[in-house]
Amino acid sequence: AVEKFAKYGGRNTVTALTGDGVGPELLACVQKVFRFAGAPVVFEEVEVDANTSDSEYLNKALLSVGRNGVAIKGNIATNHDSSQVSMNVKLRTELDLFANVIRCKSLPGVSTRHGNIDMILIRENTEGEYTNLEHENVSGVIESLKIITEANSTKIAKYAFEYAKKYGRKKVTAVHKANIMKLGDGLFLNCCRNVSEDYPDIEFNDMIIDNASMQMVSRPQQFDVLVMPNLYGNILSNIATGLVGGSGVVGGVNIGEDYAVFEMGTRNTGMKLKGTNTANPTGLLLASCDMLDYLGHKKYGSLIREAVLNVLNEKRIHTPDLGGQSSTTDVIQAILDDIKPGTKA
Amino acid sequence: QAQRCYSSNRRKLVTMIPGDGIGPEISCSVQKIFAAAGAPIDWEEVDVTPVKGADGNFHLPQKVFDSMAVTEVGLKGPLATPVGKGHRSLNLALRKAFNLYANVRPCKSIEGFKTPYEAVDLVTIRENTEGEYSGIEHTIVDGVVQSIKLITEQASMRVAEYAFKYARDNNRNTVVAVHKANIMRMSDGLFLKCCRHVAGQNKDIKFKEMYLDTVCLNMVQDPTQFDVLVMPNLYGDILSDLCAGLIGGLGVTPSGNIGEDGAIFESVHGTAPDIAGKDLANPTALLLSAVMMLRYMNLGDYARRIETAALGVIRDGQILTGDLGGSSTCSQFTDEICRRVESIN
Ligand SMILES: Nc1ncnc2c1ncn2[C@@H]1O[C@H](COP(=O)(O)OP(=O)(O)OP(=O)(O)O)[C@@H](O)[C@H]1O
Ligand SMILES: Nc1ncnc2c1ncn2[C@@H]1O[C@H](COP(=O)(O)OP(=O)(O)OP(=O)(O)O)[C@@H](O)[C@H]1O
Ligand SMILES: [Mg+2]
Ligand SMILES: [Mg+2]
Repeated sequence: AVEKFAKYGGRNTVTALTGDGVGPELLACVQKVFRFAGAPVVFEEVEVDANTSDSEYLNKALLSVGRNGVAIKGNIATNHDSSQVSMNVKLRTELDLFANVIRCKSLPGVSTRHGNIDMILIRENTEGEYTNLEHENVSGVIESLKIITEANSTKIAKYAFEYAKKYGRKKVTAVHKANIMKLGDGLFLNCCRNVSEDYPDIEFNDMIIDNASMQMVSRPQQFDVLVMPNLYGNILSNIATGLVGGSGVVGGVNIGEDYAVFEMGTRNTGMKLKGTNTANPTGLLLASCDMLDYLGHKKYGSLIREAVLNVLNEKRIHTPDLGGQSSTTDVIQAILDDIKPGTKA
Repeated sequence: QAQRCYSSNRRKLVTMIPGDGIGPEISCSVQKIFAAAGAPIDWEEVDVTPVKGADGNFHLPQKVFDSMAVTEVGLKGPLATPVGKGHRSLNLALRKAFNLYANVRPCKSIEGFKTPYEAVDLVTIRENTEGEYSGIEHTIVDGVVQSIKLITEQASMRVAEYAFKYARDNNRNTVVAVHKANIMRMSDGLFLKCCRHVAGQNKDIKFKEMYLDTVCLNMVQDPTQFDVLVMPNLYGDILSDLCAGLIGGLGVTPSGNIGEDGAIFESVHGTAPDIAGKDLANPTALLLSAVMMLRYMNLGDYARRIETAALGVIRDGQILTGDLGGSSTCSQFTDEICRRVESIN
């Protein structure tokens, strides 16, 4: 078989983009678990954070991801009072990571208000409200442009239906506000409709974003795969993540034709948790398991995922965000202990 | 802004727009309950069915303007917006006509009406006139649409000022400005700057700023941490429905539109054509909107009595409409509230 990703001595090199807040410490957890499990991955660490916003660092990061094809990332904080464009956004657009995918699934070990949730949120990741086209027409009047293109809407819709097909999902819901943004969101919705016709076995429906948000908190079980423009994706991903236990337990990926960058589902920085040894490593670890699958190391992906879920759901060793008293280190140690019996030299 | 003074011994005239579908039934229910409570309100009913003007376009009838010019306060049931009949949503037309710049929705858990969330007690305040609802969109080239979001200093200041005034008038402690200035740095940045400025002049009320996504995440995990939230149009649209979902949906959520030339209070649910005319509708949302209206008119004592009576009936759970899980009619529910309101002093 042709290897998609370059291997050196049987190992893949993966870029680790450090980020701010709990990013660096959680990436260290991933590395520790990978090393222990013997996952055939070498990390190439590239420092990017709020203080490294000049293009030199961005280029370094882009070069590294360009070479390795795959990265795992901590979130980079954006100072919203400066005029700097978010580094996270730059990375996503430069690498054309057009889809953001997260899975929100109820976890038996985490007590939440709603049960039996299992949904995939697929978000257009490069345009919409995130295009950075803003100007001040006259003093005190600001115009901000939202761009929706047929090309990207069709691409994300196809991605969603292909995803549904591949993973045996039954329904795709397009979320929009086409009653108000008749042209922009209307175009997005039309593209989804057109694509849906090529997938007669998958049910298709659409929902207006405000109603979708209300439905999320009243009957989240109705959702299967959701596809949406950038900002609505941001909103619904956070709602859905909140429903299954919070940003500490959900992993995600930004993916394009050529590259994939794995990170926490809701892309939080967790500034307040930094250095307190209380951050929940589950979300980033689950993302790292998806990364192993993506690289073709399914055996290691499953090994680590099982241990992570076992510690969370059966042993119930929980960090404070889940109401527990364990530290990040406790959780990682428990995961290593859990892997031990399963590891084969 | 003009100070409104309503002396308690003089009767006040209010413009009543019963609306379509279940509108007439629930409006009638509110009128009966107001009469039972002895509220010093007289109603002037107006029909808002659009009329074709000399220019060939449809307009709101002159009667609405005449009535509102006198009363400055309106109560409105749901309106059906005919699809594709060449006129915009009537709700939008009313908003424009009376400069209703702030939409206010209190979301308070209703005792006896079980939802997964308890003790919710928050208020969303939404900028109602600009943002993504500017309606300016165009196709730049085939397959590329640009939608314009407009944020102005004037509208942002106005709604921020209202939020702080509302907080003070209603004994609330904290105002949170919800924004996405890490992505929309200029537009949401301006909104945020206005909120900060107004916060500086209202130091008796606590002020916080939060990202929209973090609010969504935290809202579904613990809504009790929120008090008053103020935000641009689209975020308000989405969050207000999300919050309504927490307390049981639009059927029980009141709403008020505050303007420079008056205020209109309304139920935000639809016309419910499936149950219209069958005496099955739940009047609670419109009634609680009318209660908000009484508070706005400085008739707080009547507001308190009516609210206590209505919430008491729901809490006791004996006489409830179908949507609340009961089997009583709208009239039976209304009569029970009337009976109670008479005995509350
Ligand atoms: N790995 C994690 N484990 C547990 N909780 C987390 C984790 N990452 C984020 N959170 C929590 O999720 C919420 C949102 O995180 P986010 O980083 O976006 O918050 P924020 O508003 O930027 O605040 P701050 O970054 O200052 O904590 C916060 O309450 C944060 O503490
Ligand atoms: N006040 C109410 N009392 C009881 N049931 C209600 C009430 N309002 C709405 N419903 C129910 O909620 C559901 C949705 O109704 P709603 O009228 O909001 O639909 P809609 O499609 O939004 O209508 P519209 O086109 O008028 O906005 C219907 O099944 C309706 O019966
Ligand atoms: Mg809405
Ligand atoms: Mg409706």
